[in-house]
Amino acid sequence: MLRLRDSAYAVMIGHCYDGLPLEACGLLAGPLGSSNVTVAYPTANAAASSRVYTVDPRDYLRADRDAERRGLVILGVFHSHTHTDPYPSPTDVAQAPDPDWHYVLVSLRDEAPMTRSYRIVDGKISEEPVVLVGR
Amino acid sequence: MPVDVRLPTVLRQYAGGQATVKANGATLREVFEDLVLQFPQLHGQVVTEDGALHKFVNVYVNDDDVRYLDKLDTKVTGSETISILPAVAGG
Repeated sequence: MLRLRDSAYAVMIGHCYDGLPLEACGLLAGPLGSSNVTVAYPTANAAASSRVYTVDPRDYLRADRDAERRGLVILGVFHSHTHTDPYPSPTDVAQAPDPDWHYVLVSLRDEAPMTRSYRIVDGKISEEPVVLVGR
Repeated sequence: MPVDVRLPTVLRQYAGGQATVKANGATLREVFEDLVLQFPQLHGQVVTEDGALHKFVNVYVNDDDVRYLDKLDTKVTGSETISILPAVAGG
């Protein structure tokens, strides 16, 4: 189960809408070994595409350093799907860098954003519940 | 003088769980060779069999992405921090 702090959720959803018509992406941080996301870091989509994304490497470095200063680690990545279901694409699965990460998808296809989270281990996708928590 | 090398969480398991390790070398290539001598399980994780930087990682010397420096031939003096992070992309 992924626990997502309200403030991190708001940052993530705002960044996804700001990115339209392109896919948006960012990183999620929280305490090491937990599934509690307390901070979301918007990053530029270096691919500048409506179909694929690449987390801007410099933005990743900045996010990683900020997380470290706060005593957190990067726990996962989020990205938007502008017109399709919030389900990992074959590219997402092939390029998933870390089996311990949470892969969060935000679909902007419908009027309300749809958020889903997945674990991707050895190419296998499993969905996990997402719970929003206050401070 | 050894440089500090910061490892991403996914690679720490190969380095006894450490987030930052020390390694010696005058270039990045030598630093990574020293890293593999210390932690053999890191073999193939950062540098490919062909001796190139793996496309699934980004490596930085201080704030600079080494793909825009001299890649693995980038010189280091010992005062730098080298960071390795996954290249994160998808569709």
